[in-house]
Amino acid sequence: MSDFLLVDLSRLQFALTALYHFLFVPLTLGLSILIAMMETVYVMTRRTIWRDMTKFWGVLFGINFALGVATGITMEFQFGMNWAYYSHYAGDVFGAPLAIEGLMAFFLEATFVGLFFFGWDRLSPRAHMTVTWLMALGTNFSALWILIANGWMQNPVGSAFNPDTMRMEVTDFMAVIFNPVAQAKFVHTVSAGYVCAATFVLGVSAWYLLRGRHVQLAKRSFVIASAFGLASALSVIVLGDESGYALTDNQKMKLAAIEAMWETEPAPASFTAFGIPSQSDRETHFAIRIPWVMGLIGTRSVDRPIAGIDELVAHAEARIRNGIVAYDALEKIKADRNDTAARTVFDASSRDLGYALLLKRYLADPRQASEQQIKDAAWSTVPYVPLLFFGFRLMVACGFALAALFAVSLWHTTRESEAPRWLFRAALIAMPLPWIAIEVGWFVAEFGRQPWIIDGVLPTFLATSELGVTDLLLTIAGFTLVYGVLAVIEVRLMLAAIRKGPDVANVIDDLRPSADPAMQPAE
Amino acid sequence: MIEFLFDYETLRLIWWILLGVLLIGFAATDGFDMGVGALLPFVARTDAERRVAINTIGPVWEGNQVWFILGGGAIFAAWPVLYALSFSGFYLAMFLVLLALIMRPVAFKYRSKRPDPAWRTRWDWALFVGGAVPALIFGVAVGNTLRGVPFHFTADLRPVYEGSLFGLLNPLALYCGLVSLAMLVTHGAAWLTFKAEGTVADRARTIGARSAVVTSALFAGGGVLVSLGLLSGYRVTSPVAWDGPSNPLIKTVVVDGAAWLANFHAHPLLWIVPALGITAPLLAAAGFQARLEGWTFLASKLGVAMIIATVGLAMFPILLPSSSNPSHSLAVFDASSSRATLRNMLLATVIFLPLILAYTGWVYRVLWGKVGEKSVEKAGSSAY
Repeated sequence: MSDFLLVDLSRLQFALTALYHFLFVPLTLGLSILIAMMETVYVMTRRTIWRDMTKFWGVLFGINFALGVATGITMEFQFGMNWAYYSHYAGDVFGAPLAIEGLMAFFLEATFVGLFFFGWDRLSPRAHMTVTWLMALGTNFSALWILIANGWMQNPVGSAFNPDTMRMEVTDFMAVIFNPVAQAKFVHTVSAGYVCAATFVLGVSAWYLLRGRHVQLAKRSFVIASAFGLASALSVIVLGDESGYALTDNQKMKLAAIEAMWETEPAPASFTAFGIPSQSDRETHFAIRIPWVMGLIGTRSVDRPIAGIDELVAHAEARIRNGIVAYDALEKIKADRNDTAARTVFDASSRDLGYALLLKRYLADPRQASEQQIKDAAWSTVPYVPLLFFGFRLMVACGFALAALFAVSLWHTTRESEAPRWLFRAALIAMPLPWIAIEVGWFVAEFGRQPWIIDGVLPTFLATSELGVTDLLLTIAGFTLVYGVLAVIEVRLMLAAIRKGPDVANVIDDLRPSADPAMQPAE
Repeated sequence: MIEFLFDYETLRLIWWILLGVLLIGFAATDGFDMGVGALLPFVARTDAERRVAINTIGPVWEGNQVWFILGGGAIFAAWPVLYALSFSGFYLAMFLVLLALIMRPVAFKYRSKRPDPAWRTRWDWALFVGGAVPALIFGVAVGNTLRGVPFHFTADLRPVYEGSLFGLLNPLALYCGLVSLAMLVTHGAAWLTFKAEGTVADRARTIGARSAVVTSALFAGGGVLVSLGLLSGYRVTSPVAWDGPSNPLIKTVVVDGAAWLANFHAHPLLWIVPALGITAPLLAAAGFQARLEGWTFLASKLGVAMIIATVGLAMFPILLPSSSNPSHSLAVFDASSSRATLRNMLLATVIFLPLILAYTGWVYRVLWGKVGEKSVEKAGSSAY
């Protein structure tokens, strides 16, 4: 139960496979919308250049989509494989959004993605456009449901522990769906995906424009990408703030760690623009603070304080003590299911049960914990501050840089004269930024949740499967090898497709309706 | 009526049926994709032939595969303990399935992006492995489920699996793996004769006619093994509270040589299901010979459904027996989600499943028609 190597390896495997999966997903999210928009312009204007654009970006979309699908399979089954106790503990709540994701989103996107590629000559332009939108809709729905699932891990609303089944069970499914953390995360994440795709299209188009190739296609793509990108980047920034706002209700510790706020400040709190947080000294050296800003962002007020780490640790300690009461009652219920006195005690204290489980890091029975162990457990609720502090600032910096890039690009596209070459170079250089921001953002959100797998309910170190370390080493090696090879192949195919450019046959193609029903799949 | 549908016992039964529907949906749709993958080196030798075979499933395999993903999600939501135990217990087997299935989407998409024959041959191998390995391992998993796997729960309901990968590869489970492989190869062959033109369809017809007979014989052989007592079942001996808490530590279960036949003896009408499991593949074999392609495919589909349904009916109400601690076995009445979750999930299913079937049907209709070398050539680089 306390094999920490197994826990660390399970976490490493999840992080590797999730981060890798998330290299492809954001591009899929945004590119599906972008190509649907391009195809809509084609259907409205019937100018074939827009169909060529749809098909060309569609090819790149397809190469990326294949790996998103392939690596998504791992994610769906990894909970059961590596996190069996979590799956048992949370499945009643967490499984439902995953299943609904399959019903509502995966079928939609996967069924219509085939028709998107194979249906060009079998469908009217209008029908094909509908197919493309349905595919894009499915893709975006899947983000909604997976983030509802993830939002519950961050803020486990609408559920309670059932001592008869020894797991969390749903009490209010609507609360799970409309979890404010989930909703904020959804909007923030899909917007980030749109930024990612816009940056990708902008960068590739800039590359063509620098070389004077496929100018007509590249110019139009550049315009649509900068407009779509600016709108999305502003949405990410504004709604990123919304995520921070939700944090103050539900995840104060994560917020305090991100801001390296050790002590509660008098309201309105200042924002630490830079500093060097030290976990061991429990303070932030060389801090440069901007007065008022944090209080405004975090509480939308000038008079409510934001809790600092020290205060939250004291709070955690009180919850641990109450959690021990809940644990004791639960043990009595397990011994005698009809012990009504124990049930009454448990009902009153069960929301702190998870805090008592933190003590299992040190000893098997939390009721025997020493004062020092309780204090240590309380401090174990603080995630590693420096990584969160710098990670968050890196993500924000990337976001603002991209917003600026889109703004300048859009401004230039509205002018008569050619956009300057340095702008194209900047667009090319900026291509990795959304991926950096997104991967770091995932890290901040999930590493910032530690030591919990379900915030306040179940510590991560208790949640794994009972596997051998060799099993984990074997699968980590296997995934790394296969994923590594696939990444190399993917990037090479992507570059080859970009170098080749749009299909020339398509460019000279006219409005000829292709209605030969015997004709076979064509992209 | 609504109240009746929503009591805990009924919901558990409905979700047991839906579990079967999902598994059958997966085997009947993605099953033929895997069958085509497993058949690829045998029905198609030249590159043009391979592209014909691959493009028969090109536009649909992706949607079909969602049955697998949905299966995972729905088991997680409706049978969380089963999800936790089976995937962590069959850990390395699952890992192999995942690797095989990860190769498949990539192979479809990337294979024909480059003309290099060595490149294409490598991806063809990936498609073969992505079809044959899961088809075999799923059968092995079903075999182990019938046989029971060694696991127990701690008092905190932490599932502890006691076996190893090699423990899963016992003769009986491997036999079930062969049933599954033969069944899905037949299904893939039926699809190919239905959808492909020329040599590919001819070879598929020859192989399918044989593998259909093998499927029927192997499945019937499994029945013989059970009736000879070579495959013991598990029987619940304590009184069952169908609306009780989902806690697998409350009941008692014993190993019983004839338990997997008990449901059929108690309800003789159920014999129709295994009977169709034996005869439907034979009908498919006849269909292959008679070149009734549509009927062959339907017969094969029926066979797939009945073979899977037979396993479920034989084991009911057990879902996953424990060979080391039989009383810890998972059963329909003690391994489900809460009543609220089963109800919410049922509502979601009632809304979305008909929609899914409707638009999937529409897509198949749009794509109706045979795939041949000419049509693939005409589609050029845009086909797989």
